[in-house]
Amino acid sequence: MSIISVRDIHTQFDEKIVHKGLNLDINEGEIYGLLGPSGCGKTTLLREMVLLQEFTHGNITILDKSLSNISQVNAQSLRRDWGVLFQAGALFSSLSIEENIALPLVEYTDLSLAMINEIVKFKINLVGLKSTAAKLYPSQISGGMKKKAGLARALAMDPKLLFLDEPTSGLDPISAREFDALILKLRDMLGLTVVMVSHDLRSIYDTLDRVAIIDEMKIAYEGTLGDVTTSSSDFVKTFFK
Amino acid sequence: MASNLTYNLQGDKLSIKFSGELTLYTITTFHKQLQTISFNEVSLIALDLHELVYLDTAAAIFLIKLEEEYNTKSKKTRILCFNEKILSTLKLVKMQRTITNSETKTNDTKGLFLKSSIIRINKFFYGFLLFMEFFGRVFMTQSDHLESLNNIRYKEIAFELNESAIKAIGIVALTSFLIGVVVAYQSAYQLKLYGANIFIVDMLGISILRELAPLITAIVIAGRSGSAFTAQIGAMKITEELDAMKTMGFDPFTFLVIPKIIALMIAMPILIFIADIMGIFGGMIVSHIDLGISYELFLDRFREVVDVRHFFIGIIKGPFFAFLIASIGIYRGLIVKNDTQSIGLNTTKSVVESIFAVIVCDALFSIALTNLGI
Repeated sequence: MSIISVRDIHTQFDEKIVHKGLNLDINEGEIYGLLGPSGCGKTTLLREMVLLQEFTHGNITILDKSLSNISQVNAQSLRRDWGVLFQAGALFSSLSIEENIALPLVEYTDLSLAMINEIVKFKINLVGLKSTAAKLYPSQISGGMKKKAGLARALAMDPKLLFLDEPTSGLDPISAREFDALILKLRDMLGLTVVMVSHDLRSIYDTLDRVAIIDEMKIAYEGTLGDVTTSSSDFVKTFFK
Repeated sequence: MASNLTYNLQGDKLSIKFSGELTLYTITTFHKQLQTISFNEVSLIALDLHELVYLDTAAAIFLIKLEEEYNTKSKKTRILCFNEKILSTLKLVKMQRTITNSETKTNDTKGLFLKSSIIRINKFFYGFLLFMEFFGRVFMTQSDHLESLNNIRYKEIAFELNESAIKAIGIVALTSFLIGVVVAYQSAYQLKLYGANIFIVDMLGISILRELAPLITAIVIAGRSGSAFTAQIGAMKITEELDAMKTMGFDPFTFLVIPKIIALMIAMPILIFIADIMGIFGGMIVSHIDLGISYELFLDRFREVVDVRHFFIGIIKGPFFAFLIASIGIYRGLIVKNDTQSIGLNTTKSVVESIFAVIVCDALFSIALTNLGI
C-alpha cells in the first residue's frame, strides 16, 4: 500500500527549475532512499514532503492527505504522524537532551511528568544513547550523539513515518554502520516507514529497500537496488559502477 | 631554480626565450619587461620554451594570454616547445579557457542599468511584502492568543521578561542617570546666565519624562534585546531548529515570536518608569551641586510645575516602541539565510532599522499629541 505518493511535482526557485515532473510511490514499511548528484533537489523534495517548502505544481499525498491546499488542522495532525531527523540533528540548543525528547510529549499530550520521564528514558535507550547523556545540552555532545538524540526526538510521538536527511553524513564509519543497523532494527520493531536522503554507498546498500534517483530534474530510476544498473543516467553509471 | 627571459630581434622576427622555471612568482616581472619591447616592425613572434624546465598553470595562462594578445595585434605567434609535460599543461589551460569563455558570453546581458534597478526595486517591494506578511501573521497569532487564556505561553513570556527586561534594568538605569546628569549640567550653565536657576526643574521634568527617558530606553533596548532576538532566531534558523519546530507542529510564531513581543511590550513601560526616576535623580544631583537647589525645593517645584500627563505620555510610548523593536528584530532573524555572514548583516540592520522606526514613531507621537493639545 502506498503511504506517500508524489505526482508530477514541479519546483522552481525564481528562474531555477529544480524538479520537472517527479512521480514516485513509497510503500508502507519500506526504507526508501532519495538519491542523486548534489544539487539535484533531493533535500528539496524531502522538505516539500514535510511541509517546509511549497512546490510549484503537482501534488503529494501522505497518509491519504493531499499536501496542496492542506488545512491547518490536517497539517497539524500530519506533523504528529511523522518524525524528521535533520542533517545536524537540529536539537533545540536551549534545552537538554531529555527536554528535547520530552518536548512533543509535554506539548501534545496530558501525560504525567513521571510517565514522560519513563518514555524519554526508553527512547534514549532505544537509540543507543547512554543515560548519562540525558542531562547534557546539545553543545556538549558529539555529532553522532546529536544524531541519535535527534532520532530519539523524532521517535518521541511514535510516528508512522520517519524522514531522515543524510543520517550518516559526518559520522565515522563505525558510527555510520551502527546507525544503519539502528534504522533497520527500528523499522522491524516499530513498523516504521522510512524515507531518507543519502550519499553513503554502504548505507544505501545496507538499508534501502527501494530507491528513487533524481537526475536532471526528473526521476532517472525508481525501484530496487538490484536493477539499478539498467538505468541510463550518467549519475547512476558513475555512482554504482 | 631561477628563470630567465631573453629576446632577440632580427628584422621582422622576434624570438622570446624563456628558460628555467616559469611560475606565478616571475610572470609579473616578465610581463613588464615584454611591454617595453616595441613591436612595430615585428610580424612574426616565437615564444621559445625549449629551455623551460617547469611551467605552472598560472604561467601557462600568462603564455596563452600573451599569444592571444599578440595575435590580436596581427602578429603571427607560435609557441615552440617539445617538452610533453609543458605542452599538456598548456593544453589543459587552453581547454578550460575555451569552456569558461563560452560560459561567460551567455551572461552578457547583466549590468544593464535599467534592468538592475528594476530588479532592485522589485526586491525591495518583495521585502516590504514579506514584512507585511510577517505583521499579518503576528496579528493572526496574537488574536488566536486572545481567544483563550490557555493559549498564552506564560512560561516563555516570563523567561523573555527576565531576559530582556529584568536583566536590562542596570544598563537602562545607568544610561538614563547619565543623560539626566548631562542635560542638567549643560542647561545649568545657560540658566545661570539668566538667573533662572529654578526653571531647571520644569525643563528636566518635561524633557526627561516626555521624550528622553522613552527614547533612551528604546535605543538601549533596541541595541540590547532587538539585536539579541535577531541573532538568536537567526542562529536557530541556521541550525535548522526552526525547521525542526515546524515539522513537529510547533508554530515558531506562538513559541518564539509572540512571547518575545508580549514580554517586551510589558517590560518597556516599566523600564521607562525606571529611566524616568534615574534621569530626574541625576538632574537633581547636578541642580544641587551646580545651582544650589536643595532636593526638597527641587521635588516641591517638580510637583508644582510638571503635569502628570507628561509622565503618562512617556509611558504610553513604551508598548509601541517595544512592538516595533521586537517585531523588527524577530523579522530580521527569520529572514536570515543559510550563512553566518547573514546573521551579522541582519543584526546590524535590525538595530539600525528599529532605532529608526522608534524615532519615526516618536516624531509621529510628538506631532499627534501637540496637535491634540496634550
